[in-house]
Amino acid sequence: MATRDVVGDVTIAAVETPPNEEELGLGLSPSKAALKRARTHRGLKIGFGILLVMAVFAIFAPWLAPYDPYLQNLPMRMLPPVWMEGGSWEYLLGTDHLGRDYLSRLIHGARISMFIGIGAASIGAIIGVTLGLIAGYYGGWIDQGVNFLVTCQLAVPSLLLIMALVFVIGQSVTVVIFVIGATHWVFYLLVVRSATLRLRELDFVAAAQAMGCSKFKIAVREVLPNLSNQIMVIFTLEVAVAILSEATLSFLGLGIPSPLPSWGLMIAEGKAAMFFQPWLVILPGLALFVLVIAINLLGDGVRDVTVTHRRN
Amino acid sequence: MSPLPIGEIDMSTAPILDIQGLSVEIPTDAGTLKAVRGISLSLNRGETLGIVGESGSGKSMTALALMNLLTPSARRTADCINFDGKDLTHVSEKELASKVRGQRISMIFQEPMTSLNPVYSIGRQLTETMTLHRPVSRAEAEKRAIYLLEKVGLPDPASRLKQYPHELSGGQRQRIMIAMALMNEPELLIADEPTTALDVTIQAQILYLLQDLQKELGMSMILITHDLGVVSRSADKIAVMYAGDIVETGTAVEVLTNPQHPYTRGLMECVPGYRGDEAHRLGSIPGIVPSMTGTITGCAFASRCPRAVDACKTDIPPTKQLGPGRTYVCHDPESTRDQSAREQQSHVNRAPFDPGKAKGESVLTVDNATYTFLVRRGMFGKRKPLKALGNVSLDIRKGEVLALVGESGCGKTTLSRIIMGLKQPDSGSVRLGEHEISTLPAGQRARMIQPIFQDPYSSLNPRKTIGDIIGRPLVVNRIGSSKEQLAKVHNIMEHVGLPRRVFNSYPDQLSGGQRQRAAIGRALIMDPEIVICDEPTSALDVSVQSQILNLLLDLRDELDLTYLFVTHDLSVVQHMADRVAVMYLGEIVECGDRRQVLSHPKHPYTRALLDSALSISPELKVPAPRLAGDFPNPINRPSGCSFHPRCPIAEQQCKEQVPQAEIIDTTFVKCWKAETSQHQVKHQ
Repeated sequence: MATRDVVGDVTIAAVETPPNEEELGLGLSPSKAALKRARTHRGLKIGFGILLVMAVFAIFAPWLAPYDPYLQNLPMRMLPPVWMEGGSWEYLLGTDHLGRDYLSRLIHGARISMFIGIGAASIGAIIGVTLGLIAGYYGGWIDQGVNFLVTCQLAVPSLLLIMALVFVIGQSVTVVIFVIGATHWVFYLLVVRSATLRLRELDFVAAAQAMGCSKFKIAVREVLPNLSNQIMVIFTLEVAVAILSEATLSFLGLGIPSPLPSWGLMIAEGKAAMFFQPWLVILPGLALFVLVIAINLLGDGVRDVTVTHRRN
Repeated sequence: MSPLPIGEIDMSTAPILDIQGLSVEIPTDAGTLKAVRGISLSLNRGETLGIVGESGSGKSMTALALMNLLTPSARRTADCINFDGKDLTHVSEKELASKVRGQRISMIFQEPMTSLNPVYSIGRQLTETMTLHRPVSRAEAEKRAIYLLEKVGLPDPASRLKQYPHELSGGQRQRIMIAMALMNEPELLIADEPTTALDVTIQAQILYLLQDLQKELGMSMILITHDLGVVSRSADKIAVMYAGDIVETGTAVEVLTNPQHPYTRGLMECVPGYRGDEAHRLGSIPGIVPSMTGTITGCAFASRCPRAVDACKTDIPPTKQLGPGRTYVCHDPESTRDQSAREQQSHVNRAPFDPGKAKGESVLTVDNATYTFLVRRGMFGKRKPLKALGNVSLDIRKGEVLALVGESGCGKTTLSRIIMGLKQPDSGSVRLGEHEISTLPAGQRARMIQPIFQDPYSSLNPRKTIGDIIGRPLVVNRIGSSKEQLAKVHNIMEHVGLPRRVFNSYPDQLSGGQRQRAAIGRALIMDPEIVICDEPTSALDVSVQSQILNLLLDLRDELDLTYLFVTHDLSVVQHMADRVAVMYLGEIVECGDRRQVLSHPKHPYTRALLDSALSISPELKVPAPRLAGDFPNPINRPSGCSFHPRCPIAEQQCKEQVPQAEIIDTTFVKCWKAETSQHQVKHQ
């Protein structure tokens, strides 16, 4: 190529160096730069670590749990955890109202709760994001149709809908995940739709049209990546909501069939004795809290790592 | 400035405002931002001080610091801020709010669309400023409001009081902001970029109004702007700011006819049309404003200065006094005294270009295109037609730069989208060579026509890297292997002057100029024939604008491009274009050779546009606006010639009959009075 004779324009390149080139990972490919930032991101590491530990417990529950979570030992019922008065080293976290080992149930419960939380939130995300993107991007009668769907969803009490669905389809973990997911997509939709309405007016969408992208490609490749932050935030919230609505369902006898351990069910079962044996609620509640925090940390971390902002 | 013995101070000649050693520091995550670095200013009664500088130079911060309206985290220090003999640094916030701000010092902000509260009526917002701190009745305040609304040129002022901001146009809102600022007869008015968000004809109206009101009320004014043309017409004195420092002061005539600081010179060289009508390469200031955090050793401008010597980088430059109030802060090295002049000279010689080079066949023809939006109010409201384009015909010839000029809302953008094939005209056709553009497959169309948009902050996807963005057209249209695509991206980045190292950066990490270069790179990567530039520089600073304009012209010569250049800035048109098409309310009212149109405009609207364009001429004032009123709402199109309500020479015929297109000396014109108006020009 001919060397261009524009002294000023070439110098600009040399002068316009963002101040902390190293930190911003300039020059590295995006994935390498993201990895590099990920290694120094404390929140991401903590969140990822906690989730990893929980996942290991969930996967290897049969080997890690000290007892069979279904084994009832009525004489030892309602034992407090080891650090409280009356606790024993045999049952580290005590026992429930049927004398089942609470630690084993928590470990096994991690399996079902994480499965339900993440599964249901993902299904909700798929439904809500797809509809929101379509409604926001195409607009017109499609948008009105989707809005009508939202109105319907909000108008029908979701508990009633879930009850009806579970009665018709039957009761199992898979059904619970699908039913919770199918009733928790409105948040995704509202946020994605309004963000898409804003984004589609921006010039980079017009630029993509001008280079010959199809509408589908623009929606998925140009608009969707810009929504990841919002989706991530709602996802972390919906995981907790899904786990708790499973608890509600279980409490009503519509969720996980009873002997199966899940954190939501454990909270529901412990509610009766909450005043005198508060650990029955606090322990699964704490587990849930830590799970949600970890997902939040992970989500925030992924966001920080994948997008770089000029910070000065 | 020059210290007078105490006894001789006379109240009428004492400066109304005297700032000494004002600094503003803002703590941020990346360190302390020194936005203003110990500046001193003074302003006499009845004078206008223009503060000029690029974005980030600290000019708005100075104004806010003066009013003590900085963000709470900011630290303001000053030796003194004497306003009418009282040091504002010792005045309590409470007293400042009740006695000074909005009473004796008023401010007008840049964005009229957001500086009025949408839920209160105009009347309430106007009277509130008065009744809040003064013992006046509401009726009295309303009387004053009506008086002022009439003064600022709003028709039917009494009924305006009941209106809400959304019922008014941008120009009307800015008039209301001015009226509001004048409610309490302030002694000092600070106008922070009062016309930047407005169209040129409205800008001229507002500046004329300010000039008029100032004279009448004897106010002092601080006018903050980046536009040297505006400041040259309105200001008595000028202070040029750079990186938080004032680098040059003096009267407008002194500073602009004989600039001393290399930055002031550089800025002026960047303004299209400053060196006269004939096309030449624009000057440019390389680099960007340095980071404002940390301390700057030596001269802040040294890294960008064509005259910098070693001492500039290490020693703090001295303030040189040329006369009373005429200073500049520069080492002014002897050895490079002639440098900047020579530099500019070589620029002119280096890349001359011939604007008349393009005389080819037409590559794109728009034939009688119309486009109508259907605007609906509410879900079940009736759809109202909004005619965005009416019978537009246009042809773009190979290798030329065709400028499309008009104010916002005139249909420029709709037309450019139709030309790009992104919108289908309701009737008429757009032909690209032999093909009707709507029948072309998207990929083929994309290889022939590409756009560059106005705002490089929204035209690049923030989630993609620069390399991805530039190479995306190749990926979408499956052109070449991934290796070839990569080579092409690097190649084009070199062409548009982007360093290789930004390949993996995200748009956020780039400056405005670099982003616009990336957008240009993306447009050019498929070797299109026609590039549609939609106000490509109006979001950029002048020094960056000149770089981008130079680049676009270089690329045209190198790659044999044809440009459709959509803009509202006539000085850019003068610099860039071969032919000009002027649009008003969805119609092309005049179209022809640039020299012909700009030197002998035939349509009264073109003439008004030309009058409103403010070139740098400190001897001149803002001319009295030729155009009455505002840009009409396209939903309620005027009858006959749509320009007649604003036209200074309209007659009965213009109100009743739509003018026919005619050709007068090779210029296409749509006006009943075109012939006569041309005679008028000749007689003037």
